[in-house]
Amino acid sequence: MIAACLDRLSRLGRFLWSGWAGLAGLCLLAALWQAGHEAYGSFILPAPVETLNAAWRLLHDGAARDLLELTTLRALMGFALSAVIGVALGVAAGYSPATLRLSRPILTVILGVPPIAWIVLAMIWFGASALTVALTILIATTPVVFMGAVEGVTTRDRGLDAMAQVFGAGPLRRFTHVAARQIAGHVLPALVLALGSSFKVAIMAELLANAGGVGGALARARSMLDITDALAWVALAVLALFLVEYGLIRPVQAELERWRDAARPWGVKR
Amino acid sequence: MSLLSLSRIGHAFFGRTVLEGITLEIGAGEVVALVGPSGSGKSTIAHIAAGLIEPREGRIARSYRRHAMVFQEPRLMPWATVEQNIGFPLRLSRHPRSTRRAAAGAAAEAAGLLPADLGKYPVELSGGMRQRTAIARALVTAPDFVYFDEPFTALDVALKRRMQDLVIASAARASFAALFITHDLMEAIRVSHRILVLDRLGRGIAGERRLAGDPGARDEAAIFAQRQAFLTGDPLFAHIHELDERLRP
Repeated sequence: MIAACLDRLSRLGRFLWSGWAGLAGLCLLAALWQAGHEAYGSFILPAPVETLNAAWRLLHDGAARDLLELTTLRALMGFALSAVIGVALGVAAGYSPATLRLSRPILTVILGVPPIAWIVLAMIWFGASALTVALTILIATTPVVFMGAVEGVTTRDRGLDAMAQVFGAGPLRRFTHVAARQIAGHVLPALVLALGSSFKVAIMAELLANAGGVGGALARARSMLDITDALAWVALAVLALFLVEYGLIRPVQAELERWRDAARPWGVKR
Repeated sequence: MSLLSLSRIGHAFFGRTVLEGITLEIGAGEVVALVGPSGSGKSTIAHIAAGLIEPREGRIARSYRRHAMVFQEPRLMPWATVEQNIGFPLRLSRHPRSTRRAAAGAAAEAAGLLPADLGKYPVELSGGMRQRTAIARALVTAPDFVYFDEPFTALDVALKRRMQDLVIASAARASFAALFITHDLMEAIRVSHRILVLDRLGRGIAGERRLAGDPGARDEAAIFAQRQAFLTGDPLFAHIHELDERLRP
């Protein structure tokens, strides 16, 4: 028990330490941004520090937090829906080749229609509401999760299935004890991708449908030609995504991928 | 009394008959080796007997309590530690966690794994250690029948012999019956009480030879002499090394 806790703590420490590399990358981006700012001036591209200050100010205003919360909630609602539906349908299709063959062309069609078109349709059907946003997210992100789940089912190690069957596992326990872990390995990267798209689509839908949230604030910043505010809102939205991703999905992924760490030689961990 | 009896088993993959009229019986505590050229359908017989494949025709009677299987590849779950892998059959039969740990530890020790290996993942183990883990997993539930499906084919010669000794010792200790599939005649002579030879096209069992003495009690010279006698003087074994699996119709 203590050993398991220590192991998790050490992995958390390693992860936090690797944050320095991420920070260095961000600083590089900020340097490029600063160069752009110095070349084109504050009106076209405000300095990173200016943007951060604006973001800080927005956060302390109070209203910004509500807007962020609204957008995050909408994104998460759409994401949760698409995760549940995508995984359920994907697993079902993975186990049933006929369903998979039927669903592949449908998926191509859905993926081919740009999210913008869905927003327009959803706006006509449901008006400017949270439902419009959620539906757009659902349609835009479900195919990714679906394909991840299908991939997980079809590429699973059937030898392990036979092994479990020999030791007395029925179909249900073969799924829960053996296949689920392998499916999760494929679904989680798809979920990370879907979460990112959820935020993007949420903001886009809000902006177009004028449904408030960060998208609404961006629309206002655009109409007032306030580039600093617009960039600050973008930074805040990215921050929200980062918090959700690293607070929600990455810990689960790290827990499931612990054995991969063991395969890496000492000192080359990520 | 026989623990496993197959009668007139036949099977076909996609309309191509691979097995026909397979009849065999294995008694309690008896280790039976099934040899035959590669591609003759030996593994399919083991999988049919263990219930992994539904045969097209024939009858199977199993009167053992519990079976287990050691596959050609270790088939360990990569995300589980050695201890969890060994304890997996116990988990499936709903043993409480506490007794699972103790039983897995004991089985691992019997298979020659060190206590330090229990917390490792399969990727951290060598090929021999992985197969040891697979053997420990098969024996952890104390089965009275074990299927060995060419378990040591991928191992080098020295390791193979150590594994065979492990099987011989545990069969003697736990007195389980076993169907040992192999294409290595030497291995068959070392581990078994009785050798069945599969027809080279899977059309029934071509014949059987009972070996003198118990496995483990035979010395190396006698085993080697027996192998030579089988290969040079016994028409039953004439085809065992000659078939190319690509030439099968």
